[in-house]
Formats: sequence, C-alpha cells, structure tokens
Amino acid sequence: MSPPGTFHMRSPRARRLRIRRPGRLAAEAAAVLIAALVAFPLYWMVLSAFKPAGEIQSTEPRPWTLDPSLDAFRRVFAQQDFGRYFLNSLLVAGTVVVASALIAFLAAVAVTRFRFRFRTTLLIMFLVAQMVPVEALTIPLFFLMRDFGQLNTLGSLILPHLAFSLPFAIWMLRGFVKAVPEALEEQAAIDGASRARFLWRILFPLVFPGLAATSVFSFISTWNDFLFAKSFLISDVSQSTLPMALLVFFKPDENDWGGIMAASTVMTVPVLVFFVLVQRRLVSGLGGAVKD
Amino acid sequence: MTAARLRHPRWTPWLYLLPALAVLVALLVYPIYQLGLISFLEYTQAQVSGGQPTSFQGLANYATLFGDGEFWRVLLATVLFAAACVLSTLLVGCALAVLLTRVRALPRLLLMLAALGAWATPAITGSTVWVFLFDPDFGPVNRVLGLGDFSWTYGRYSAFALVLFEVVWCSFPFVMVTVYAGIRAIPSEVLEAAALDGASQWRTWRSVMAPMLRPILLVVTIQSIIWDFKIFTQIYVMTNGGGIARQNLVLNVYAYQKAFASSQYSLGSAIGVVMLLILLAVTLVHLRIVRRQGEEL
Repeated sequence: MSPPGTFHMRSPRARRLRIRRPGRLAAEAAAVLIAALVAFPLYWMVLSAFKPAGEIQSTEPRPWTLDPSLDAFRRVFAQQDFGRYFLNSLLVAGTVVVASALIAFLAAVAVTRFRFRFRTTLLIMFLVAQMVPVEALTIPLFFLMRDFGQLNTLGSLILPHLAFSLPFAIWMLRGFVKAVPEALEEQAAIDGASRARFLWRILFPLVFPGLAATSVFSFISTWNDFLFAKSFLISDVSQSTLPMALLVFFKPDENDWGGIMAASTVMTVPVLVFFVLVQRRLVSGLGGAVKD
Repeated sequence: MTAARLRHPRWTPWLYLLPALAVLVALLVYPIYQLGLISFLEYTQAQVSGGQPTSFQGLANYATLFGDGEFWRVLLATVLFAAACVLSTLLVGCALAVLLTRVRALPRLLLMLAALGAWATPAITGSTVWVFLFDPDFGPVNRVLGLGDFSWTYGRYSAFALVLFEVVWCSFPFVMVTVYAGIRAIPSEVLEAAALDGASQWRTWRSVMAPMLRPILLVVTIQSIIWDFKIFTQIYVMTNGGGIARQNLVLNVYAYQKAFASSQYSLGSAIGVVMLLILLAVTLVHLRIVRRQGEEL
C-alpha cells in the first residue's frame, strides 16, 4: 500500500482532456531525442567496456563494435582483491542502508506521532544537518577515527555515512509516517496491541515503500564514496572499496580507458538495479516529502 | 513494552529518537565542533604526529586565509560555478517536466528511464565517463563537433563547462521527476481552463503552473544550491584534483587539498567553517520563506 496522493509513472492516470495539437508529435520526437542524448553517456560507457583495445584507442570512435571483447572486464576482475573490494563496498552500503532505515523509522515516528518540547527545534536541526558539507568534515573525522582506532576499518566508512544519511532519511520518512491515519493506531490500541507491536507489525510494513525510496539515497551516497575510502583506508588495501579499484586505471602517462569504463560499468550496475527496483516508490516518495 | 496502556509517556519520543541522536551527536555534531576548534589552532603535520603541542591561534588562521588572494578567487569561482549549475539544472529539469506532461506514455517512459539512469549513476563513474566522452584523442564529442584535438580540461572555462555538463546531466532528473510529480498534482480543471482560454504553453507555465508549484520549486532550488555549492567528486575526478595550476578549484576541493595535500589542517578547517556558514545562511533563508508561507513543520 502506498500513501494517498502518490504518483506511479508507469500507470499514469488517464488525462482525458489532453488537447490534441499538431505540436504533440514534435514534442514526442523531442522527448525521444532527449532521452537518447541523456542515455548516451551510459551507452558509451558500456560500449567502451566491451570494445577491444584497438578500437577504444582509435581516433575515429564508432558508436558500435563488431567484435565485443571481455578483455577490459578481465583486467578489472584480475586486479588483486577486486572481488573483495566489491564485497567491501556492498557490505558498507548494505549496513548503512539497513541501519539508517531502522534508526530513521524510529525517529520519524517520534517526530510525527508525538508532540513534545523541542520537536520543532529538532526538525529544523535535521533540515540544517542536510546541508553540512561532508567533505569538509573529513579532517575532524580523520582524527576521530584515528583516536578510536578505526582507521583502515570498514567501520570508518559505515559510521560517518550512517550519520550523513540519517537527517535526509528522517525528513523523507516523516511524510510516509504522517500518511498513515492516526485512527489505525487507536484501533490497534483498542484491540490490545502494544505500542511495540503496533510499531513493527502494523506501521513498519505500511511505511516500507517509503523506506525503500529513502534507502536509495543512503545507498547511493555510501556506494559513491571515494573520499572517505581514500582518506581513512590509508594503509590496509584489503579494506578498500570499489572506487579505489577504478582509480587504479588512471595512469599519469596514459589512462587505460577500457579498464576505466569496465570498472565504471561494474560500479554503476548495482545502483541501476537498486534504482529500477524502487523507482516507482521513489517518485511517490519525493512527492510526499516535498508536498508537506 | 510495559507502557502499552499509557498513551504518551513523556519519555517515549526520546526513546525512539535515542539511536538517531546518538549517531548524529557523535559523528556529526562533535566533528563540526572539532572542525571549528581546529580552525583556531595551529595544526600541521608536527601536531598530528604529536611532535609539537597544539597552540591556540585565535583568528590567525582566518586572517591568513582572508589575506590570501587565492581564497577569494576560489570563493568567487565556487559561487559563480554553483549558480551556473543551479540555473542550468532548474531550466533543463523544469522544461523537461513540462515536456513530459505533453507526450504520450511511451516517449514519457523512455525519457523517465534515461533520466533515472543518469540519476543513478555514481558521481565518480559519471565523471570518468564524461571525461572520456570529451577526451581530445578518443572521445566521440570532439569528432562530432569537429573540434579536432581540443582539450576541454586545458582551459579554465572549458574545464568548468565540462564539469557543468556532467553536473546538469546527473542532477536534472531530480528536478524533472519532482516538478513532474507536482504538475500531476495540479487539478486538471485548472489546466483545462487555461487551455480553453487559449493560453500558450509558456503562459500556462508562468501564470498557472509556476505559482502553484512554488513550494516544490523552492525545495528543488534550495536542494540544488546546497548540492552544487559543495560539489567535490566531479571537480576532483574530472579536473584531476583542481585543474591545471589549480584553476578549477572550488571551496570543497580547496579545503581538502589544503588539509591533506599540504598538511595545513587548520587552514583546511577554516575553509570548511566558511562553507558551513554560507550553507547555513542558505538554509536559514529557506526556513524563513517556508515559515512565512505559514507551513507547519
């Protein structure tokens, strides 16, 4: 079930009174053309990853290839510990997504279902926290991680990303929790359900679509991180994450573009999959978060 | 939970907030405090390794920073670059959102999918792909435009332009999808009335849609300002850490380079504080506007 007033891009409500104009065909042609332009960089990335070495270093690049090769992917996967980097990335992003969803859910319930002192102040703080430039905090976080012996551990990536994704997650989930009628809660109380039972058995499943939408953002920001990985995982390569495996192919003399594009493809695919899985919720989530 | 019968024990909301607050205080509030603190200290490699004690410098770091011509140059570049990114993103996003309302399901789906693809692309891979597209030797863009071996990253403005293209590409989808959702929420009678009155597309947007979408436009504008002002990855990857002779530095990269490349942690922190204050100002303006519109948080 999704909150009321949501939009699903796949099944748009029929707009009966679409005024037919000759301009529509032009608009549709433009839309298709723009879609192709927008998709082109991704197409080029995947194409280049499959091109044989000779073609990619060609000064007459062609938008197709007649003999696709897996060489570039082999170079990527042949890197020492590449699988490990991938798992590390997945582990960090997965932990952040699950932890931030649970923590944000509880916090969102608190700020929507209760009236208490400092509630508005807290909400403003959550809003303000979203604008903090993460990169600027690399300096103090570096010292913090060092003092707690967290340098070179995955914890040094998980903890900061958890903190940075929470404010936005809480802010977005608020709309979804609000959309669940209060009457449901009263009914549950009358039926003798405890607060915890109501929370996890009734409210949580209802808000789950919102959690899915929210988790995209925490997943992406964590998955994309290369600054923290670069700064906090200084000496222990076995703890490295994917971006490091990508940057290896940038060489001062000549970049290995095939390797870069193949590694980029490997890094982009999980995010695309995640996006496709939650895309419908995403639109309704943004609608909900923006509307109220 | 034992408090099941009590409707609202006073501490219940705080119990729910506890995990979030614990994480935020430890990993957001405390580092911000530390950032401010370091910006008032002398903090270089000697202090980091414990060779020398830290000493309080008052505002000396800020005096050094504000006395440095490069800081002002970078600040100006950051503001102008962010402004250009925000304007382009909003323009493209809104135009395509309106376009989406005028086409049938299939073209709409294609454009939506392409936009979602761009949106989902990690900043780092988006940056590498765009650099490759515009590569002077092997990129298709220079071939198509007949630019020969023109190097986009060599000149200051062309390098900024290249980064701007990538930023607009990966951030217009958020604006487009959000504004499109907003337009769909406008009662169709209103749009019909406008169409029956013979209003042009531009007129409908300016006089009907834009005013009704004001809250949504405000949110996407503020979000874009915040995102584009603190751009890091794109500049860092596409211009190789700030461009030739540091010509493409923006504040965020500047702070990082100061701290981690030249071990001037105090100066890096001071730049971080300046950024924080500017973004805080943007957020406060946002809050004021929201409050004036009488919306409840």
